[in-house]
Amino acid sequence: MTTHSLSIRDLHASIGDKPILKGLSLEIPKGQVHAIMGKNGAGKSTLAKIMAGHPDYTVTSGDVLLDGQSILGLEPDVRARLGLFLAFQYPMEIPGVTIANFIRAALQARLPEGEELEATDYYAKLYAKMDALSVPRNFTSRSVNEGFSGGEKKRCEILQMAMLEPSYAVLDETDSGLDIDALKIVSAGVNALRGPNIGMLVITHYQRLLDYIVPDKVHVMSEGRIILSGDKDLALKLEAEGYDWVEKEHGAKATERALAV
Amino acid sequence: MSTDTKPDIDIDRSIGDFRYEMDYAYDAGVGLSEATIDYISDVKKDPDWVRAFRKEGYRKFLEKPMPTNWATKDLENIVFENIRYYLSQGQVPKRSWDEVPDDIKKTFERLGIPEQERKFLSGVEAQFDSEAAYSNIKAAVGEQGVIFVGSTDGLKEHPEIFKKWFGKVIPSGDNKFSALNSAVFSGGSFIYVPPGVKVKHPLQAYFRINAQNFGQFERTLIIADEGAELTYMEGCTAPKFETATLHSAVVELVALKGAKIQYITVQNWSSNVFNLVTKRGLAHEDAEIKWIDCNIGSRLTMKYPGVVMKGKGARGEVVSIALSGDGQHQDTGAKMIHAADNTTSNIISKSISLGTGRSTYRGMVHVPKHLKGCKNNTECDALLINTNSRTDTYPAISVRGQGNAVQHEASVSQISSEQIFYMQQRGLSEAAAMSLAVNGFVNDLVQQFPMEYSVELKRLIDLEMEGSVG
Repeated sequence: MTTHSLSIRDLHASIGDKPILKGLSLEIPKGQVHAIMGKNGAGKSTLAKIMAGHPDYTVTSGDVLLDGQSILGLEPDVRARLGLFLAFQYPMEIPGVTIANFIRAALQARLPEGEELEATDYYAKLYAKMDALSVPRNFTSRSVNEGFSGGEKKRCEILQMAMLEPSYAVLDETDSGLDIDALKIVSAGVNALRGPNIGMLVITHYQRLLDYIVPDKVHVMSEGRIILSGDKDLALKLEAEGYDWVEKEHGAKATERALAV
Repeated sequence: MSTDTKPDIDIDRSIGDFRYEMDYAYDAGVGLSEATIDYISDVKKDPDWVRAFRKEGYRKFLEKPMPTNWATKDLENIVFENIRYYLSQGQVPKRSWDEVPDDIKKTFERLGIPEQERKFLSGVEAQFDSEAAYSNIKAAVGEQGVIFVGSTDGLKEHPEIFKKWFGKVIPSGDNKFSALNSAVFSGGSFIYVPPGVKVKHPLQAYFRINAQNFGQFERTLIIADEGAELTYMEGCTAPKFETATLHSAVVELVALKGAKIQYITVQNWSSNVFNLVTKRGLAHEDAEIKWIDCNIGSRLTMKYPGVVMKGKGARGEVVSIALSGDGQHQDTGAKMIHAADNTTSNIISKSISLGTGRSTYRGMVHVPKHLKGCKNNTECDALLINTNSRTDTYPAISVRGQGNAVQHEASVSQISSEQIFYMQQRGLSEAAAMSLAVNGFVNDLVQQFPMEYSVELKRLIDLEMEGSVG
């Protein structure tokens, strides 16, 4: 069994007393793109935050492994430096901090103490990535997400992902709030970053994103669990027939499996 | 000595926190009386008018009440009887580095002054205790007819200019502490820029306190004659002591017709210093006075730089950053007095409170009824880091008459846990994320500081942020 994967094992988590994840298992091998689909309230975004270590959630059992190493219990920044990246559904504004300085600080944080990031190398790399993602040069002198349109916020996330070169990236509802043109641009950015050295988990409510980012596997999430997995055609079926039939047919089975454990 | 000329003025707290034994050749002892003032006047060989000015100041100091009806009660903890009001090595200001005594050099070296001097300065007036221990005026500035000396030399050598403006912008009786300063002042700078002369490089002065229970009462007077331009910078670091130290300066600026003065302060007092400073400028027709002020450290700072816009079309501006650490209180703000038509003033203030730190903004804007075309813009933003941090805003804006415009915006914000999580998700530690957000908050103001100061400011903010999270 390969250890080059992002592995979620029978994860249970709650916010306060309320269980959110109820035995979720998932394996994303490096080099693959998986998609999680599901209704609103299925717990998709929560899963992303829990993996990243958001302090509001408590993991009650199960594990999350990054290339075989458990990351539960680690601070969010430690998980990030180990190679986990989360593209936020709602990226936060950081007034007064330019994108260029923010990414620079993030890269600096990955260097050993006493070592300084070489400024000229950094800008060379930044400009190369910006060109590759068709991001205009003046973009990075703006404050992080401040006054950005939905599309700009998502491009800012993709640029950060390109610069930080994570081993695993979770893209949380990257399509939300985007018109079709912005969706194409952002998807092209994601596709440009696909490759053998990265595993991606794309979380989405709509199938349309998967027209542009074609996944290797599609998982359906309901009530804190994966109830069905399949190839990209599953997404098309969901689009055509809705979620109800999956939940009816497979939700009960998943519950039985969970109870049997 | 290093010949490295990197613009690296290292005045962080850990470096400022040291002290060499000094042989205080002149020491007025503890406490204040008429005899103390005579002693100071004798040692300094004051002209009679200065001695009379001091005594007048002393009388007013005794008369004036503490401003505790509106200000913090912490002022009552100043014990005037325990303070030394005059201390000096009896040195005359030095013109060259070689003439500076070794022990003083050692202190300056730790503050990074030699490098600073070589690289950036066109003249240095560095105050060491009460007397200027080192002063160097570059030939270029002197050639332009610019006078840049200690205030003691200024009043002796240039009485005709000095006397005309001294105590005119800030009368001795302005407040209790300006009166105290008038009684015992010593050190500080006197600058005169002749008509039309634009001083290219900023003039700098370093101030330093190096004696326990020793009040530092420097007095600065800057005059920019018609059409002249000048930038003055002062940076402060003080060593840490166990008992409180009083610093009470008076700074007067005079910008004659069409002149421009920019006065920049970056201050980093140790946390036991009472820093009670009166700063005011008088702007004549079409003149411009801008205070750029950064307050870090001290136990209590009370400072409200002001501009009196006396001539038509005059402009006044105050840009200030205050950072109140645990147990500290920054009570700062601005005073804008419009006294002629078409005068404009701008106040931008940002404060950060950490731990039990408290930041207070007090702003006074005054536009009388008979004036026309006056404008004021005031923005004050406060950032609270911890749940027990505190900020207060007391704007006092009185705008009368028609055709005057005033605009006031204030905000209080906190760095949200979602912002911190977002930054942590990019790999920044919680402390680094906090520092970055705080630096972002003041970034637009920091950019108004000269480059070497903005680098230093960032470092000071990082230093203050350490240990404030978690």
